[in-house]
Amino acid sequence: MSKTFMGWPAFPKAAETATADGQLRANVRRATHTIRTKRAALVDERPDWQDLRDTAAALKDDVLAHLDTYLEQIEEKVTAAGGTVHWAGDAEEANRIVTRLVQDTGETEIVKVKSMLTEEIGLDGALAAAGISARETDLAAAIVQLGDDLPSHVVVPALHRNRSEIRDVFVREMGKHGRPAPEGLSDDPEELAEAARLHMREKFLTSRVAVSGANFMVAETGTLCIVESEGNGRMCLTLADTLISVVGIEKVIPTWQDLEVYLQLLARSATGERMAPYTSTWTGVTDGDGPRAFHLVLVDNGRTRALADPVGRQALRCIRCGACMNICPVYERTGGQAYGSVYPGPIGAILNPLLKGADDPQTASLPYASSLCGACNEVCPVKIRFTDVLLELRHDIAEGDAKVKHPAERVALKAVAGAMGHGALWNAAVKAAGTAGRLVPKNAQLPGPLRGWTDSRALPDIPEESFRSWWKRTEGGTK
Amino acid sequence: MSSREAVLRRIRQATADLPKDPVSVPRSYLRHAPAVVPGDRSAAVALLVERLTEYGAEVRRSAEADLPAAVAGALAAAGSAVVPAGLPDAWLARWSGVVRRDAPPLTHAELDATDAVLTTCAAAVAESGTLVLDGGPGQGRRAPTLLPDLHVCVVRGAQVHSAMPEAIGRLAPARPLTWISGPSATADIEMIRVRGVHGPRRLTVLLVP
Amino acid sequence: MRTALFVTCLNDALHPQTGRATVSLLRRLGVSVDFPPRQSCCGQMHYNTGYRKETAKLARHFVDVFGAYDEIVVPSASCGGLPSEAYERAAQASGDAGLLRDVRAIAPRVHELTRYLTDVLGVEDVGAHFPHRVTYHPTCHSLRATGLGDRPYRLLRAVDGIDFVELPAEEECCGFGGTFSVKNGAVSGAMNGDKARHVRETGAHVLAAVDNSCLMNIGGRLTKDGHAVRPLHLVEILARTRADGPLADMPVARNGALR
Repeated sequence: MSKTFMGWPAFPKAAETATADGQLRANVRRATHTIRTKRAALVDERPDWQDLRDTAAALKDDVLAHLDTYLEQIEEKVTAAGGTVHWAGDAEEANRIVTRLVQDTGETEIVKVKSMLTEEIGLDGALAAAGISARETDLAAAIVQLGDDLPSHVVVPALHRNRSEIRDVFVREMGKHGRPAPEGLSDDPEELAEAARLHMREKFLTSRVAVSGANFMVAETGTLCIVESEGNGRMCLTLADTLISVVGIEKVIPTWQDLEVYLQLLARSATGERMAPYTSTWTGVTDGDGPRAFHLVLVDNGRTRALADPVGRQALRCIRCGACMNICPVYERTGGQAYGSVYPGPIGAILNPLLKGADDPQTASLPYASSLCGACNEVCPVKIRFTDVLLELRHDIAEGDAKVKHPAERVALKAVAGAMGHGALWNAAVKAAGTAGRLVPKNAQLPGPLRGWTDSRALPDIPEESFRSWWKRTEGGTK
Repeated sequence: MSSREAVLRRIRQATADLPKDPVSVPRSYLRHAPAVVPGDRSAAVALLVERLTEYGAEVRRSAEADLPAAVAGALAAAGSAVVPAGLPDAWLARWSGVVRRDAPPLTHAELDATDAVLTTCAAAVAESGTLVLDGGPGQGRRAPTLLPDLHVCVVRGAQVHSAMPEAIGRLAPARPLTWISGPSATADIEMIRVRGVHGPRRLTVLLVP
Repeated sequence: MRTALFVTCLNDALHPQTGRATVSLLRRLGVSVDFPPRQSCCGQMHYNTGYRKETAKLARHFVDVFGAYDEIVVPSASCGGLPSEAYERAAQASGDAGLLRDVRAIAPRVHELTRYLTDVLGVEDVGAHFPHRVTYHPTCHSLRATGLGDRPYRLLRAVDGIDFVELPAEEECCGFGGTFSVKNGAVSGAMNGDKARHVRETGAHVLAAVDNSCLMNIGGRLTKDGHAVRPLHLVEILARTRADGPLADMPVARNGALR
């Protein structure tokens, strides 16, 4: 049974553990800084980068505003090209559809191309419960699967692991699922990649069913697109007899020509490459080339909930490049698992509550997992205003419909606002602070929720004379 | 109500506040590579060579008449090669290895046991060092370009576009397309780029001006 | 022209010297400011934590206190940015159409101090003298939300005698983020630790910024770790003149002083 984020602690608690793990922090820091630097260099060589972002955002807004007609168009085109389209309202239904499709082929071991959506809906676990073993073929996804680990990044799911950890997983686990790791495997990345090549090749050649996601679906033509680096995607899309693509309903782009916008943005943003090594596009089935059966499973699973949020719906523009997590100072210190979701980082902090509702303490902790520094706003290739959405979600928790509430905080902030809105009360409070300042030692530990401040900082000096007292005493410094 | 109807209904409810007109989409990005003057084919070809080389692909220039020699050179280390329908037989005249024609289609195991594949392409994009295969004559189905470890691809100067927007409109989306930008690679282990995971580990481009 | 100083609640109670420096600098540049004493807080902590209705109360108070002024100068990028970034949404959340109208009217008259100097007064060299080694942290709000750009640097570089050193990874957040520093103390502390390390790497004796909240955060860490770098609001550097001489308890930067 594959591991899930079920029962994961709220962000502050998970982050406390993660930030204390020096190895994890070193691994995440190295990875995020490497991609950041490569991305920045490639963005710099495009004088029209902001223009590309503007177009990409506007196209996605058009898609979201007319999603019903675009999806109907895709259904029509895929069907006309020999594919079969299925609709799933939620995770459970999507898993049921895929399980049945696999069962209809009679196969019990299938191969998978890395797909965040299938992680989101827990497809591997659902298939396993039906006696079907789904093997991940992307190197990082396979590292996570073999290690019974959880993903920590949308592009590089095993980014939190270093080479020796990966070697140990390969040596221990590969033999249980097929060809074992070669004798005497070292932790050299080339050797590790070669071990994965040998282990997987056997599966590619014999598997008759493949499951994938998709980066884009073109409404105009019914074409699906997958962008990848290793070739495992091509293997799955080409060698299987039956291809099942499980795709979120928001992955639509209007026309074939529009791919030129996203293909120029995606790899630069995701991995710091001009293009990823392999991009595959296909439309239904093709006689004599590739799978004979193609199923497209369109999945909602909370996307229409997000779509109904006038501010939050922009999160559905996301093309899963991971640039927001690579630039995020919070993600850099915690890694992805602290977010308790397959979608970590800034996008996870907004997407999870939008998809699920901030109705449990873990999900409701995510909109606060940000210092609102805004670095993500600047790198996002589809111009998601993360900070706007975070603030909207916090408002939803503080004063709106979200089920999780923070009553003590509410009372405290209300009281402060009350005093601040009242001239005399506020005057008295500022004066009292000056008096209190003499009584609190600089290295004191604050109690309760305020402990977070004094854990790593000294308290500021509280001056005896506030600005307002000085102004009054000196008449604005004139006396 | 079917799930299809339910999802579509939820979408319509969720977007009821939005105007029904199409969203106006600005299109001011470049349609050519920033460093290349539109229409300058030789600059585009030079950029393609630079980018392919950066990826670790091998680029050899060859006149049309010298292709048989260039193919023989590119395939020198290969004992066998798969050849799709529509590829001129003459190109293989100087090479002494085993030629496997993909008609009837070779099995996966046969392809896996073949050293190389020789194809043409449908288009190339200079800025990203990309070759596009669309399954046309000389390219064949997708599996043969995937399982052998060496891919030799013949690219003509006239097929080279400076950037993606110039190329994409000329391609037929109804065909399965493979866009190849350098050999298979991964950076999944400590962000260290390793060439060659599942696809061909070596890519040789024969560039015909 | 009536000009008011909105000193901010944090500066009022914890950093009065920032307010005093603002008054003294503006007066030197020919601007006389009022300090309406009923002023309190912009409501940023409330707004950023999600409490828009409470923010609306403070927005109403802000409008009442400052509504009659032509320009309102704020020595803080984050508090100075709030009226234009947040008050509309706060007014909408509280369903107060009158407030919405009022905040739209007042927002363009609220100026962050360095922008006020460079864009409204049109000065870069404010006649300051500060012969010490200084580094500068561009706070997230000043860098990304209000887009101050190179204005603070232009002002700093024009200071006579200054020895300015750039801060490594300056664009990275210090980890303050208002209630974030309390709600997520562990991550905030980790971010702050890296920021404080970069500050120490510069060898500067003064860390400047345009937000005392972030300076209080980084300074708190430096103090806890036993480092004597002094956090100073940018205006406290700009307010000093040759007549004031060097700061008494701080090494004098010779190279800078000779420039």
